[in-house]
Amino acid sequence: MRTFIRNGRIIDPANGRDEVGDLLIVDGRIGEKSAINDQQSEIEEIDAAGLIVSPGLIDMHVHFREPGFGWKETIESGARAAAAGGFTTVVCMPNTSPVADSPSTIAWIKDRAAEVAAVHVLPTGAISKNLGGEELAPIGSLAQAGVVAITDDGRCIQNNELMRRAVEYARMVGVPVLDHCQDYDLVGHGVVHEGYWSTLLGLPGWPAAGEEAIVARNILLAELCDHRIHCQHISAAGSVRLLREARARGVKISGEVCPHHIALTDEAIQNFDTDCKMNPPLRTQRDIDALLEGIADGTLEILASDHAPHAKFEKEVEFDAAPFGIVGLETELGLFLDLLVHRHRRIALPRLIEMLTVNPAKLLGLKCGTLSLGAVADVTLIDPDLEWTVDAGAFQSASRNTPFHGWKLRGRAIRTIVAGKTVWQL
Amino acid sequence: MNSGTVHWTRKDLLGLRELSVEEINLVLETADAFKQVGTREVKKVPALQGKTLINLFIEPSTRTRTSFELAAKRLSADIVNISAAASSLTKGETLKDTARVLEANHADIIVLRHSSAGAPQFLASRIASSVINAGDGAHEHPTQGLLDLYTIREKKGTVAGLHVAIIGDILFSRVARSNIFALLKMGARVTLVGPSTLVPREFEQLGVAVSHNLEEVLPTVDVVNLLRIQHERQRKEYFPGLGEYIRLFGLTKARARLLRPDCLIMHPGPINRGVELDSELADGAQSVILDQVTNGLAVRMAVLYLCGGIATR
Repeated sequence: MRTFIRNGRIIDPANGRDEVGDLLIVDGRIGEKSAINDQQSEIEEIDAAGLIVSPGLIDMHVHFREPGFGWKETIESGARAAAAGGFTTVVCMPNTSPVADSPSTIAWIKDRAAEVAAVHVLPTGAISKNLGGEELAPIGSLAQAGVVAITDDGRCIQNNELMRRAVEYARMVGVPVLDHCQDYDLVGHGVVHEGYWSTLLGLPGWPAAGEEAIVARNILLAELCDHRIHCQHISAAGSVRLLREARARGVKISGEVCPHHIALTDEAIQNFDTDCKMNPPLRTQRDIDALLEGIADGTLEILASDHAPHAKFEKEVEFDAAPFGIVGLETELGLFLDLLVHRHRRIALPRLIEMLTVNPAKLLGLKCGTLSLGAVADVTLIDPDLEWTVDAGAFQSASRNTPFHGWKLRGRAIRTIVAGKTVWQL
Repeated sequence: MNSGTVHWTRKDLLGLRELSVEEINLVLETADAFKQVGTREVKKVPALQGKTLINLFIEPSTRTRTSFELAAKRLSADIVNISAAASSLTKGETLKDTARVLEANHADIIVLRHSSAGAPQFLASRIASSVINAGDGAHEHPTQGLLDLYTIREKKGTVAGLHVAIIGDILFSRVARSNIFALLKMGARVTLVGPSTLVPREFEQLGVAVSHNLEEVLPTVDVVNLLRIQHERQRKEYFPGLGEYIRLFGLTKARARLLRPDCLIMHPGPINRGVELDSELADGAQSVILDQVTNGLAVRMAVLYLCGGIATR
């Protein structure tokens, strides 16, 4: 089986490639263009004129809720949402039920994904047993079972000694550590950014220092253990400053940005809309400016969604009581293109694609994220200028919890190819 | 009862931040009329006859619930009281379902007290019944704000140009927020006084002054509104203890001598005598604390009448 993608703008940051040209897929892998003349199999042609031909996008931060919370999302529905968003590889967080803290749960997720998922679904394992923050999970066994990283995402290990040992241990088995940065004492019962709007609305505040304190801790531990700690969903200006300084010194520390943290400020909570309740919370314009600056200067090198599906009945409660999080896979690329490339012009397209492909691949030690000859043919076709309106009702995800319904965006994926097979098309 | 061209078009009373000066004046003028009802031999009018009011108090309250109940009875409404312990919410029912069940029972007005900020907004946007906020978390307590305003206006003739100090735990206080919004709208100047942990500087962005020095503020104000220190709710890191609170921020007899003779002393209750307010001052000549209670009845009658009465729809 061969697929010939003609006349697209091929952007493959891993190989420093950005040119208009053709891409040939042979039997699920990127092939030599000369193979076009072989007569052995039929050929599908795709006219990609005006489109970006990108390595399949990678989102290293999603919650697919299985096992245990299938009413919010399943591996199947989540993978469909990923495909519809242009993502060919996603990395699942371990806060499932049971928690992904044992090789058998990892095996179950991998089996399930192999059976039903339209895209590559890669599991992470927990750092601590049952995400309890008290005892290490069997990190070595998890690594052998195939996790691509360890994380207690959704929770954060407060005990610095335990975190230190986890990082040291992870270094031995060769997996990076991803951390949701939240100091429980500083954050308390906070549900929204602590500032003007929390004061006005009388909602418990989540101060930026609650994130920054743990980012600082992680910098110290990454330095002490000489091992990668990746700070998830960075939301605060102070965190960007800390990361910039540490990275300049060569510390193995990194950070990721989610679309909502640059698309919305905490003003969005003024009508108590629980679809604007996320953790970490929406912050201020000052924080957005710092995140954009961090993206522009390379301090923040990874983009991710923190896709966090919740059912309507779970979100349709009092603000305090609602779970944190929003779905993100199907709006992520559109928002990043619209905000980073078109509106704020902070980065050019190749850089955006780098942040969504080769950068997460490198961090996690994955082979994907490139269009190199012989690579598995994960390809995303992107129309960078297509204007479209977000319709939550049309989401492939099992959940609809998004603050972006009705938003007009410019740019989106129009075709997603996994191992040579088209799994989604606009 | 209708003042000129202003008409009440709101189904709900959720907070004072969204009310216009005209709407606030309309409530106060309507309350004037209802206040007279309380002085009559027969303290009842048929304004809400045939209407059903539910007091849905998810968080405990005695004085506010009683005030709403009396107000509704004086307007001839039928009333049902539901407390958290007795409601299906303890059986896992959501607030939305509870309210929809009440609506299906033809409740015209739901008076909601809830520990979560925004709970009344949540209900009001989902059911056709009128929703009256009787206090939501640390957000708003609009009828308290209105009755405080009414009392100040009654005693001082006007609110515009006055300087009001709100003293105590502002951070966790819905009474403070409703007072701030209403007083600023009506042209008063507001200074918040209390420990820096309970009066964070973010409040300045709301257009008020923040002070941590009670002695400096007391001689300059026309009204002091003292808030209860809610020590049962606060973790101990917010202030070192009641003894130190009294030393720094309690309105003692000695400090009261700094007040202007015509300065009003207000308190939304319940009072911790000897903590935020000296016991004798609470009962003294400057205290209007019981007037607040009486006015609360008239103000709540006005609110129920405007939101739930025939006049609206």
